[in-house]
Amino acid sequence: MAKNTIKIKAKHKNGVTAVKALIKHPMETGLRKNKKTGKKIPAHFIKEVTCSHNGNVVFVANWGVAVSKNPYLSFKLKDGSPGDTIKIAWVDNKGESDSRETKIK
Amino acid sequence: MSINRRTFLKGSLATGALGVAAGLGLLKPTQVLAAWPDNAFQAKTVEDALRALTGTTNTEPGAIKIKAPDIAENGAVVPITVSAKLDNVDSISILVAKNPQPLAASFDMKGDLETFVSTRIKMGETSDVIAVIKSGDTLYSSKKTVKVTIGGCGG
Repeated sequence: MAKNTIKIKAKHKNGVTAVKALIKHPMETGLRKNKKTGKKIPAHFIKEVTCSHNGNVVFVANWGVAVSKNPYLSFKLKDGSPGDTIKIAWVDNKGESDSRETKIK
Repeated sequence: MSINRRTFLKGSLATGALGVAAGLGLLKPTQVLAAWPDNAFQAKTVEDALRALTGTTNTEPGAIKIKAPDIAENGAVVPITVSAKLDNVDSISILVAKNPQPLAASFDMKGDLETFVSTRIKMGETSDVIAVIKSGDTLYSSKKTVKVTIGGCGG
């Protein structure tokens, strides 16, 4: 299982909470070829990222192979306040997953 | 003899329990992925992707702001920010017209969120980036051309 792949920053400013996340993941498209062997590199990409605020799912990202390697994600929450919990979890096409929680600052 | 048999039985029981546990663990991701729009991501054209995702291809021009570079030096990492002054937004989708699979990402807005999303995508060649926002039964769309000097999909 993948570990420590997510970095989250959640900052509260002027009534809006900006959540920014970086995930470490190869995001292989399945279209690229290994230059030495000429074989296709199998697809390996994050399919779904679920973001929860105090346990309620607020934002779901469905991703295809066209999302860049080590993906970046950002969204803005209207009703967050400092101290609230933000949880981000991802699942990829191989069934690997990781999740992380943080508090809004 | 009888002792061996007993230990054997114990062993097989333990592995059985492990198997069940692994089965339960494996069930979870598939349940989570139930909502992943398979057809939409495999579609080869923008129209097919939209139809698979929302059931319609009728879009209205909307005041959607797409923040993306005019020229992307590296097609493997193109920062895209989509925002709009719309209420009750259900989802925001980002499509790249000339990618092998045009649908890059689709974001479901379930909570009390601003109509804003920012991410980084890959682009194979110079193409229109299309943002589609679903609000109720209406689809709003807007596009912006991004020039790519080095593609992000080739090997």
